[in-house]
Amino acid sequence: MPPAPDRPTDARRAGILGRLRTALRRTRENLSSGLADLFSRGRKIDAALIDEVEEILLGADVGVDLADRIVADLHDRLKRRRLADGPAVLEALREHMVQALEAVARSCEVPPPAALERPFVVLVVGVNGVGKTTTIGKLAHRFREGGYSVVLAAGDTFRAAAIDQLQVWGKRNGVPVIAQQPGADPAAVVFDALRSATARSANVLIADTAGRLHTRTGLMDELAKVRRVLGRIDPAAPHETLLVLDATTGQNGLIQARRFTEAVRVSGLAVTKLDGTARGGVLFAIARELAIPIRYIGVGEGIEDLRDFVAADFVDALLARPPGNG
Amino acid sequence: MFEAISERLSRSLGKLRRGARLSEENIGDALREVRRALLEADVALPVTREFLDRVRARAVGQEVLKSLTPGQALVGVVHDELVRLMAAEHGGLALNVPPPAPLLVAGLQGSGKTTTCAKLARWLGERHGRKALLASCDVYRPAAIEQLRVLAAEVDAPFFETGERAPVEIARAAVAEARRRFVDFVILDTAGRLHVDDEMMREASAIHAAVSPVETLFVADAMTGQDAVNVARAFDEALPLTGVVLTKADGDARGGAALSVRWVTGKPVKFLGTGEKLDGLEAFHPDRIASRILGMGDVLTLIEEAERKVDRDKAEKLARKMGAGKRFDLEDLRDQVRQMRGMGGVRSVMERLPGMAQLPSGAMDRVDEREFVRTEAVINSMTPHERRQPQVIRGSRKRRIAAGSGTTIQDVNRVLKQADQMQKMMRRMRRKGGLSQMMGGVDPDGLPDLLSGMPPGAVGPGAAGPGRAARRGGKRRRFS
Repeated sequence: MPPAPDRPTDARRAGILGRLRTALRRTRENLSSGLADLFSRGRKIDAALIDEVEEILLGADVGVDLADRIVADLHDRLKRRRLADGPAVLEALREHMVQALEAVARSCEVPPPAALERPFVVLVVGVNGVGKTTTIGKLAHRFREGGYSVVLAAGDTFRAAAIDQLQVWGKRNGVPVIAQQPGADPAAVVFDALRSATARSANVLIADTAGRLHTRTGLMDELAKVRRVLGRIDPAAPHETLLVLDATTGQNGLIQARRFTEAVRVSGLAVTKLDGTARGGVLFAIARELAIPIRYIGVGEGIEDLRDFVAADFVDALLARPPGNG
Repeated sequence: MFEAISERLSRSLGKLRRGARLSEENIGDALREVRRALLEADVALPVTREFLDRVRARAVGQEVLKSLTPGQALVGVVHDELVRLMAAEHGGLALNVPPPAPLLVAGLQGSGKTTTCAKLARWLGERHGRKALLASCDVYRPAAIEQLRVLAAEVDAPFFETGERAPVEIARAAVAEARRRFVDFVILDTAGRLHVDDEMMREASAIHAAVSPVETLFVADAMTGQDAVNVARAFDEALPLTGVVLTKADGDARGGAALSVRWVTGKPVKFLGTGEKLDGLEAFHPDRIASRILGMGDVLTLIEEAERKVDRDKAEKLARKMGAGKRFDLEDLRDQVRQMRGMGGVRSVMERLPGMAQLPSGAMDRVDEREFVRTEAVINSMTPHERRQPQVIRGSRKRRIAAGSGTTIQDVNRVLKQADQMQKMMRRMRRKGGLSQMMGGVDPDGLPDLLSGMPPGAVGPGAAGPGRAARRGGKRRRFS
């Protein structure tokens, strides 16, 4: 995957940096008011402190099971007197969590444009409203920056104006969008798009799909069909099946990941809306159970706001106590 | 939604319900289980904590321990507290207001605001005969305005042409337009915004200030986790909310966000958004949901749903036909299948029946809605003669029907057998004059009212299905 551009070329540069600074400041403030306080040197380690750790974990959507396990581990180490003071607890906790995610923090390997004989196909799936189309817009931008030629497929033929929305992103990125009329068979749209992308010798095809709740078996079958027809043109396609998850989602995120994996063999995750106060702790459960690589995080609405997932950064943001949740 | 939390709660409380004696120890155990169930259902931590404190205080108090059946009383306390947490009564929309009444819809990105706007317009028109003008103040998301325009056409509501205006101006102009056109309501869709985006939150307040809506609805995704409290608090501070719409409630999220949002804002959840079809908007009844959570079923909603969706004429025709001793043929079976699907499928019906939480976990997941699609396809591939006289369907006809419906001969056989069983059941029903004996497995106490309230077609094989299914669990093919 092309690296995130170091130097934004457009006029929004100051805006992006400014936003990042604000976001960081917010994190620091939270740290100082929450955890730093909690784990200040010399603070006695007692049950109350461990309780607060549990609270932070639960409040970040880590889930009861995992929070229990981590807390039990801390208790255990405490008993064996392995933890000296507050900072030691924090460090142990952080390490534990970073380790859990490091294994799945893998970016998507795309050969360089010159080495691509056929389009590299990315199929983007997820429930309604997680930000699939926006993620595609940002992803197209990243590929363009990396020197790839990109084609978009308007596979969401169901939601009103979804095609128009993708076309706007196509225009912003200066990439063609293959679309049919609303209500068309999404498998047919995506099939045609891959043909067309092949004919244009495009490097990358990114296919949008309609949002669907993972409980709707009919719609999940439809998605499996989209995947199947792609394989008919190129047995290796889709090369990446990207599940977009909303960081605000709670424990249902695990079930979504499970169901989409069953239906279309998800090969990567993109976690959106991490620029709010949601921490996306459900990723731990997903990493544990399904070990799906986490590719990207979405941190804003701008075209540049898609970053590589970095386990340590993610954990640091999570441990910064969310405002008002104490 | 809600079934998992319901399963959890009834399991932990079930022990108490049976064993009459309460001790500090088993109350503690039960409450720990309740805590776990709530957290797993994404009920926010502070909400869970307060909830448990209240239940604990009442549990050790006089009202539970002095009661003759303390276990039952504790369940009652949990139920009460759940209802209290969700507001005691459901608040509909303020309908008796001078037109044009603005209705403001706000929430995070992707929570389902635009779809909800269209559903509200349809709901107002269909249930109350009111006309609503739809207007979009979302000038940011690509094609957001276009989306509302398309949906407005689908629900047959007038659409306000935005033009090149700023959001606040759009809101003002839409209200003026509604006044000119003598429309009752103006539904104002707003851009999705992050609650930490001060500028955008200020814009939302400015829109509100410009038009003083009679209803300001906060749209929240039922799948939201712990963050629901932060988001709801920020929106509640920026806007004088009057209610909440919980969307995507047809998924398998446990819906704890409903409790969190309600707790933070103090505003009632007024609607549940279910499904992408534009009739997927249900009034929210906290007491019924509390019953559902506690595994007591939500039969009231089921009845209303049945009354609305089931075709009375067809149901009565079927009842007359059966009464006259006629055969239950494949046309009838198809009607039943269609009606069941119209009510959201077996799952949705089952979820609302009492006692369902006691089903082995996963049984609901095994309900295969596709079976209904196949059944309908098979029947559609028959000639009218075959549907009325299924006994003529032999080898070659079966092959043709299977090929025509894209199914197998086994599927055709299964449908024929189903119709045959149905026919036998109808005969038995006529003889015994009742249904209750067929509903084994489901708490019979809760049923007589339910049955008398439902149109005959709905209580026929359709409603009996889940009952039988519940009893026979995983044995049937449909559940495997």
